[in-house]
Amino acid sequence: MPRATLAARLAIVAAIALAVALPIVMPSWATLITLILAKGIVVLGIIILLQAGQVSFGHAMFFGVGAYAVAFWGKYVGTGDLLLFLVVAPAAATLLGLLVGLFVVRYREIFFGMLNLAFSMVLWSLLEKMFHYTNGADGIRVARPTLAGLAFTPETFQYVLVYLTLGLVLIVAYGVQRYLDSPSGHMLRAIKSNETRLEYLGVSARRVLLVGYVISAFLGGLGGALVAVAQQIATPEFAYWTKSGEFVFIAILGGVANAAGAFAGSAVFEFVRFFAAAKLANAWQLILGVVLIAIIMFAPGGLIGLFRRDATETRR
Amino acid sequence: MDSTLAILAILDGVSYAALVFLVSVGLSLVFGVLRIVNVAHGSLYAYGAYVAATLSLVVAPISPWLTFPALLVAAVIVGVVVGGLMERFLLRPVYGREDVLQLLITFAVFMIMDNLQRLIWGVQPIFAAEPVKLLPNVSVFGVNYTAYQVILLPLVAAATLIGLRYFLRYTLAGAVILAVTEDREAATAIGVDARKVFLVTFMIGAGLAALGGALASPTTSLAPGMGADMIVLSFAVAATAGLGQIEGAAVTALMIGLSRAFIIYIQPEFEVLVPYLLMVIVLLVRPMGLFGVNRVRKI
Repeated sequence: MPRATLAARLAIVAAIALAVALPIVMPSWATLITLILAKGIVVLGIIILLQAGQVSFGHAMFFGVGAYAVAFWGKYVGTGDLLLFLVVAPAAATLLGLLVGLFVVRYREIFFGMLNLAFSMVLWSLLEKMFHYTNGADGIRVARPTLAGLAFTPETFQYVLVYLTLGLVLIVAYGVQRYLDSPSGHMLRAIKSNETRLEYLGVSARRVLLVGYVISAFLGGLGGALVAVAQQIATPEFAYWTKSGEFVFIAILGGVANAAGAFAGSAVFEFVRFFAAAKLANAWQLILGVVLIAIIMFAPGGLIGLFRRDATETRR
Repeated sequence: MDSTLAILAILDGVSYAALVFLVSVGLSLVFGVLRIVNVAHGSLYAYGAYVAATLSLVVAPISPWLTFPALLVAAVIVGVVVGGLMERFLLRPVYGREDVLQLLITFAVFMIMDNLQRLIWGVQPIFAAEPVKLLPNVSVFGVNYTAYQVILLPLVAAATLIGLRYFLRYTLAGAVILAVTEDREAATAIGVDARKVFLVTFMIGAGLAALGGALASPTTSLAPGMGADMIVLSFAVAATAGLGQIEGAAVTALMIGLSRAFIIYIQPEFEVLVPYLLMVIVLLVRPMGLFGVNRVRKI
């Protein structure tokens, strides 16, 4: 993984400063920024798997599990605390990630993608059809939680949520970057470049991939919980395959070379969706599709690739 | 479950399987030759349906019987024009690039087509049931059913299966496609234009999806989301059968169609679950699919 250039570091500092300042300057954007950051956390998980050359077209299942863990708590247990949610939801996703991971890490490429898709569609069908427990396609409303026992008004809560999310983002982005730079992260990339050699070195490729997979499931659950709280609802759409595709889309849009790409991609994705949906008569999907094609054709390093001196090297 | 319901379920299952087969065999064929999972395949199905409905509504006042050729014309238009443009200008530039980029190009096309579909045809459901009404009802062991669904659809599916098999096994064009699939370099070396093969294969695959959509259009209401649902379902069939398996796709479509139809009458909540549960189980035991040959690397 190449070291960040000065321009890239400045850009990251500027992005953080922007995320701190924007909710104060533009209060109506607070929720939008929370969504950008929360989805960026999920995309970090996709980026981890892409390091190993594996594409999960079913990662929305962990996003969905995170969101529904929060929703079920509200429906069956009662009013919850955000801190509790941020433990329960990622824990549920991590557990599912371990269970599903034990199966899927045996497969590569198209088989890996297919199995993930299949598992996620099973979850989606259950959420959609177990009407008695999940309210079906309507989803479950998520009440505004307390934070460490303190209750907030809706106006204050959106600030609490956006800054809490920002704090979490800084922690997980740092953690993921450390993981990717660690021996475990390098072995993960070896699965993409030469898995046989990795095995000859006495390393279990499956175990290496499982670690990455479980981490990415954890991130999916965390992001799902934050989005459910921010949007105050969890619906089966959260686990549908188009959502999984969206996460892979954001990863490629931002660039998969490091953690910053997840948030760059997420910011562009959500901003285009937000403004195009408001101003361009619901052509946001069309615009995003065209942007994605342009990125793939002309800037394969993604948005962050534009900041890296060696961006052209990633071109095959 | 009494016998009338059982017969009804079988008829439902068979007519449904016929449509699903047409779509998934197209997906499978494209993957077999181009090695690309076309996420926009479901959109081609939806476009086939919408174009067919639009054409049907135009020609129906002239003569209602013209709606039948209209279905076929719609499939050909979508396959050749939309499929052709997509392969030539979007897929061709990314052959040889990373798998995820090829996959995402088709995802981008899915988003664009989905959006355009809403802009062109709106979000209100569209009905164009003319062809179903024209054919009589038939009685199968005392159960009344439309001839369109229990006779025409399975016939088209069977003809497609036999035609595709014949085309790939016994014609020069089919042999050329197989040659490019087996060894692209060797095929190119003896003068085969691999790019043309990719283009034509993609058009056929897209046309089959559109044909499925066109034939489905008289039996259901057309609404946004039909493409997104169909792509995962057809993918489940293609993957369960084994990607690239043509006969296997037929058997699997029938299996999924029938089990889904029976589940609807027994435990309707599990209707959508069945294909995906089946897919998980089959892929865990045989990742290459029920009819696929083992290609998974074993360390």
